[in-house]
Amino acid sequence: MKTEIYQPEKTDRKEDLDILEQTVLNEYKYGFVTDIEADEAPKGLSEDIVRFISAKKNEPEWMLDWRLKAFRQWQKMTEPNWANVTFPPVNYQDIIYYSAPKQKIKPNSLDEIDPELRRTFEKLGISLEEQKRLTGVAVDAVIDSVSIGTTFKKQLAELGIIFCSMSEAIQEHPELIRQYLGSVVPVTDNYFVALNSAVFSDGSFCFIPKGVRCPMELSTYFRINAENTGQFERTLIVAEDNSYVSYLEGCTAPMRDENQLHAAVVELVALEHAEIKYSTVQNWYPGDKDGKGGIYNFVTKRGICKGDHSKISWTQVETGSAITWKYPSVILKGDHSVGEFYSVAVTNHHQQADTGTKMMHVGKNTRSRIVSKGISAGRSNNSYRGLVQVGRNADKARNFSQCDSLLLGDKCGAHTFPYIEVKNNTAVVEHEATTSKIGEDQIFYCNQRGIDTETAVALIINGFAKEVMNQLPMEFAVEAQKLLAISLEGSVG
Amino acid sequence: MLKIQNLHAGIEEKKILKGINLEVKPGEVHAIMGPNGSGKSTLASVLAGRENFEVTDGSVEFYGKDLLELAPEERAGEGLFLAFQYPVEIPGLTTTNFIKTAVNEVRKYRGQDALDAVGFLKLMKEKMGLMNIDQSLLSRPLNEGFSGGEKKRNEIFQMAMLEPRLAILDETDSGLDIDAIRIVSNGVNKIRGKDNAVLVITHYQRLLDYIVPDFVHVLYKGRIVKSGTKELALELEERGYDFIKNEVNIGEEA
Repeated sequence: MKTEIYQPEKTDRKEDLDILEQTVLNEYKYGFVTDIEADEAPKGLSEDIVRFISAKKNEPEWMLDWRLKAFRQWQKMTEPNWANVTFPPVNYQDIIYYSAPKQKIKPNSLDEIDPELRRTFEKLGISLEEQKRLTGVAVDAVIDSVSIGTTFKKQLAELGIIFCSMSEAIQEHPELIRQYLGSVVPVTDNYFVALNSAVFSDGSFCFIPKGVRCPMELSTYFRINAENTGQFERTLIVAEDNSYVSYLEGCTAPMRDENQLHAAVVELVALEHAEIKYSTVQNWYPGDKDGKGGIYNFVTKRGICKGDHSKISWTQVETGSAITWKYPSVILKGDHSVGEFYSVAVTNHHQQADTGTKMMHVGKNTRSRIVSKGISAGRSNNSYRGLVQVGRNADKARNFSQCDSLLLGDKCGAHTFPYIEVKNNTAVVEHEATTSKIGEDQIFYCNQRGIDTETAVALIINGFAKEVMNQLPMEFAVEAQKLLAISLEGSVG
Repeated sequence: MLKIQNLHAGIEEKKILKGINLEVKPGEVHAIMGPNGSGKSTLASVLAGRENFEVTDGSVEFYGKDLLELAPEERAGEGLFLAFQYPVEIPGLTTTNFIKTAVNEVRKYRGQDALDAVGFLKLMKEKMGLMNIDQSLLSRPLNEGFSGGEKKRNEIFQMAMLEPRLAILDETDSGLDIDAIRIVSNGVNKIRGKDNAVLVITHYQRLLDYIVPDFVHVLYKGRIVKSGTKELALELEERGYDFIKNEVNIGEEA
């Protein structure tokens, strides 16, 4: 998803609009296919496939059992249908559940990585070396389910931080995986979670030990590659007492005609006084102007503020996918814990998004804040769905929710579904919502100052989304601004 | 620099401008006055290129170019600036960021390099001193929560930043108290020069006490019915628009 690597000398990011010049292409910019021989499982899903995946990855017995348990659960479940989205039924037997780029030797350095893969990164603007040199971001690049390059590992290891692929973590840190995997999102949580738990091929694991402040942003780039490969990522982040980590997730996918299913699971665990900041910029192929193709993004993301005074913050910029169906949530179990959700969701053409959050207040004096900005254009549909739940013992819990929608044109839709359940009368829950349209007056005003309409729209939506953008780490914010502009091209004027 | 000939324009089926003729030369200040509904703001909108107005006849030449052929942002690039009667708000977009984008877009149009952060800041500091405008205003989202006076000062500040060849002030005095009028006028006077011109559209004479025009034109029923020097404005102030209306209506009957 990277279109430009972060360059430290670019300090005036909020004013940097040159990026828009690069955005003249209306076609999805990252639609290309990397020609790498894949090591694939046959199509379809059965217990044998689950065993195949587990065997491919040399997994221990307990992991296979865990997967099989999930698979058996999944077989008993039915696909949910309550979201405000419509799509043709997914044929789960027509999906390839495992595909790994073939590499003869495990690379020790970037030089050993398949040149074809390297070129893919270059097209995306992610040169790993450049990133290493310039940005200080440790990148764990995932192409089609297997991690190929992990950087900065040594420096992190010195602090006792573990940042590796999930496959590696299962081999190297089984005690941590057994303790935490599935502890926030149980395998039976929902249909897609059970599916993911049975067949996930890889993902990232991150562990920050007691008292450690992770000195750099940890970042993973996911990329769906081989045709018909459902992508089932698994991410687990554990922050021990008094630790801090900021994690970035960013995505692009090549152009496809077939709809591709993506059902990831992300779990966050924050212990006492720990803080986890999780940022996502999602830019998967949204389908073409007529609504053909595009990714189905059905993700389960949940964090638990397990310890007192802990904090979990989700920030997301969702511009891609044909359908986005996700609710990054926080269970506020520890007293005085804090949950935050900042979201910008953009839909254009025929895209559909049903996204929001759940804040579950369990502990005393827990606080949550929800800021959701939905931007709809074309014939798209954009829904905010949020649940604020205050339990019986959550004395003095506080929540503030703000949901704003911006419409471009008159064929798109914006919907807000707030759910509030309060069982403690000392709680304070506030909800605010607005809907507005980009006005011709605003655009003409910009035009009169020499600013063309595309740039004007970018300025207006970036202003609208600013409160959320400000939550993103610097290098992501630049990129997110570009994405907003790219995804709304041609929607006004 | 600006040559308007037989300009006819309207909105939907309604004809508003019915044959405007006007020539403006560099260094001149022209005032356009007239009663409500005479077409003053329509003229400003048509010159700036607002889409919902349709030009049905006539021509407008700006430095030898056919102005009506240009998109609004190209007109801005050519050096035409409109200070809006009702400046719009853009929530979340800082005024500084907006102006920086505008300055660099206009520079791009003129084939100049974009100003970097340092160059822009220097220019801004210089104009801020000239316009007596406060930094805190420029850090706020564009026009959001601005008072009427602040909005108009912001317009004039943008004008100073963009250094237009022709500035059109559309009822910049409306809704302002006398102190605000003085501040805004001082700003305009500071950027008057032999190479640029100003078109002041106003309902009242009082603005012209501060921005002294070389020519005054009275617009009525979509036409310039009387032109003169600044004394004409004083006469209008004294006698009201009725005497003009009477002259025109008698003429029409005859």
